[in-house]
Amino acid sequence: MADRAQPVSLGLRLLSGGAGAALLAFVLMPLIAVIAGAEGWPRLGPQDWAALRFTLSQAALSAGISVALGIPVARALARRRFPGRGLLVTLLGAPFLLPVIVAVNGLLAIFGRGGLVNDLLAAFGQDRVSVYGFGGVVLAHVFFNLPLSVRLLLQGWAAIPAERFRLAASLGFAPADVARHLEWPMLRALVPGLFATIFLICLTSFAVALTLGGGPRATTVELTIYQAFRFDFDLGRAAALGLVQLVLCAATALLAARLAVPSAFGAGLDRPVERWDSSGRLIRGTDAGLLGAASLFLLAPLAAVVAGGLPHLFDLPAPVWGAAVRSVQVAAVSTVLALGLALPIALAVSGRGGARWLEIAGMLPLATSALVAGTGFFLLLRGLAGPAALALPVTIGLNAMMALPFVLRAVIPSARDLQADYGRLADSLGMGGLARLRIVTLPRLRRPLGFAAGLTAALSMGDLGVIALFADEDHATLPMQLYRLMGAYRTEDAAGAALLLLLLSLGIFWLFDKGGRGDA
Amino acid sequence: MKTTLSVPMIAGCLIASVAGAEDRPVLTVYTYDSFVSDWGPGPKVEAAFEATCGCDLKFVAPGDGAAVLARVLLEGQSTEADVVLGLDTNLTSRALASGLFAPHAAGDVAYDLPVEWRDDTFVPFDWGWFAFVYDKTKTDTVPADFEALAASSLKIVIEDPRSSTPGLGLLYWIKAAYGDRAEGIWSGLADNIVTVTPGWSEAYGLFLNGEADMVLSYTTSPAYHLIAESDDSKAAAPFSEGHYLQVEVAAKLKGTDQPALADAFLAFVTSEAFQSVIPETNWMYPAVTPAGGLPKGFETLIRPEKSLLFSADEAVNLRDAALAEWQTALSR
Repeated sequence: MADRAQPVSLGLRLLSGGAGAALLAFVLMPLIAVIAGAEGWPRLGPQDWAALRFTLSQAALSAGISVALGIPVARALARRRFPGRGLLVTLLGAPFLLPVIVAVNGLLAIFGRGGLVNDLLAAFGQDRVSVYGFGGVVLAHVFFNLPLSVRLLLQGWAAIPAERFRLAASLGFAPADVARHLEWPMLRALVPGLFATIFLICLTSFAVALTLGGGPRATTVELTIYQAFRFDFDLGRAAALGLVQLVLCAATALLAARLAVPSAFGAGLDRPVERWDSSGRLIRGTDAGLLGAASLFLLAPLAAVVAGGLPHLFDLPAPVWGAAVRSVQVAAVSTVLALGLALPIALAVSGRGGARWLEIAGMLPLATSALVAGTGFFLLLRGLAGPAALALPVTIGLNAMMALPFVLRAVIPSARDLQADYGRLADSLGMGGLARLRIVTLPRLRRPLGFAAGLTAALSMGDLGVIALFADEDHATLPMQLYRLMGAYRTEDAAGAALLLLLLSLGIFWLFDKGGRGDA
Repeated sequence: MKTTLSVPMIAGCLIASVAGAEDRPVLTVYTYDSFVSDWGPGPKVEAAFEATCGCDLKFVAPGDGAAVLARVLLEGQSTEADVVLGLDTNLTSRALASGLFAPHAAGDVAYDLPVEWRDDTFVPFDWGWFAFVYDKTKTDTVPADFEALAASSLKIVIEDPRSSTPGLGLLYWIKAAYGDRAEGIWSGLADNIVTVTPGWSEAYGLFLNGEADMVLSYTTSPAYHLIAESDDSKAAAPFSEGHYLQVEVAAKLKGTDQPALADAFLAFVTSEAFQSVIPETNWMYPAVTPAGGLPKGFETLIRPEKSLLFSADEAVNLRDAALAEWQTALSR
């Protein structure tokens, strides 16, 4: 037994099995409920396949670019230390946390027809360029997902023990050698899952693809689902399309899990990382350039949101503040729930004979159509209570489930390293159960858990998808109030509410993330 | 007032709602989201009706008009709704075919609609003409019809007919005005369309942010800017083909457990108390002009001479073909 880690303990197996079952139930039950409500099984037409082709191609390209750009940016962040770095890391994560409509408005203030870029072009006598179309959809998706890519990759770099860099320095490694021996193995472990995650996020895109797509050419599968529900009242078609999304998701997750290779760096002493290999002037210059460009791309639209909202932030109508309080409460409870589900799953997946099915199941919520899930749960639960009574519990549950894939993506790689580096030691000491959780697991996973908690809370703050199906006049969340302000012509108040949402999402993310990072 | 969910408050609400349920019957009205918002007609309508009905009026808002109908169809016979408020004439045929709705008892009302209205089931509560809204300070050559718009270099933003009722309205507008030539008009408009948004809010927001010269909205939209913001720079472009109408209606569910209250509400919908709220909260024309007339500022709006509207049955029959034309023309 000395060379093998302990099998996953029974208690953990039960816990993770329960969490996994809840997850599968969450994904499959609403779909089944919708299928049960349908009259007959439809055939998908040529327009559905065209939508599928568009959806797949934009998702693949968006994910590819997000990852390809994320690697150099994360590397530059990982090897540079400068004042305000922590703040920059937090801010660079912001676009991923923004509700779609806020982010799109910010993006258009820079890249739109009347945006800054076009104004500059016009000032230099150039023609204005249109952002709308396939390119615009990809641009927006990269804007949303590059932050996720950078953050998850940055965690990968942070997980390489300082001792490895020390050894590399004493061996006289050039940056290329560091890349080959330290960074490449880390990337091989991380990139497949990261690509798959972003690919799946873009797969269920609806409002972004439609608003920036410029017309019906940019029809995604999610839009055809929407159309099936709202326009054709055809539950069968909606369910069939929802199923297509899920199958695609499962296949992608499976492929990603097969391609990922654990990095096996071994344990370190958690010393601060010193990068002797990257002090050259050229590298410093390149890193500064890269960080500058990424910051400009990601932060300029945020600045536009701030500039638009600041004059109206302090005289927002009272119902907006009430909704903000409600949103914070929803976010807090969703976060606790998501972490409670994710931790046993992550530990079980990373244990010996790790339950692969759990890892794949953990990705499924990504490809779950919010509309299918919402409608399905509505059908399932409506016998039990009125929609108004269900609004907040269902929203909390769905938010937690929808955030689970991100939480797992953040926690599983570290949980694997933990198992590989400390699993045997803890086993040989006979340490198990709560003691192991307290002494080994939680301290070692503190950083990804903090990040994941922040992510869940912020995503839950900005979520609009589900609550809109259930809410009544008294249960509006902040994103709903934002939409209601827009729907009532009150664009200035809406800009203020958008800023409030941005500040709250970012603030709550920062709080959790900071808690996880300690000081680094 | 800030709402914090504390335990005593939740308990208080529960006790209050139980107590309320004991002595007052509940009338459940499904409607669209912007109706119940704090800035929509909902709160005022609720207060006014509850002042006289001795009941508790409860709004449920599952989304836009199409979502309201989708919810009722989903729930079928067992729906909790007593009344549905906010379908438009493009949705009523599907609603009627479900057999879930009952004839109203409102009798003959003298509606101030630009078209003759006679319907046993659906009671109109407001209406508006679709129109392209522009900024007078930025656009000086205003097209007088769709062909002029298509020939111009003006940029417009429209809503998707698959996810938005104004988007569907535009589809019918062009179909009603041009019939078999509709696809050609759409082809001509293709290079004017900046983008197609999921809903009205996104489209109007893009227009206000300067992304387009014109936006598909209502002839009444400039009234908001004029009355609420003292800004007279927005205007609607009159089109010589005529303007398509959106008529929003309410109806009673067959399965209601409060038939008398539902009838009372449908009568209330066309009364002064309800109708006088509409212009400055929904920014539409009231179905029955209040005694005091329309608010000051509405007289500055364009009033199209010709109104276009398909009957509910025509709308349903034309829908799929019109949508296919739209998709083909804009996908080229």
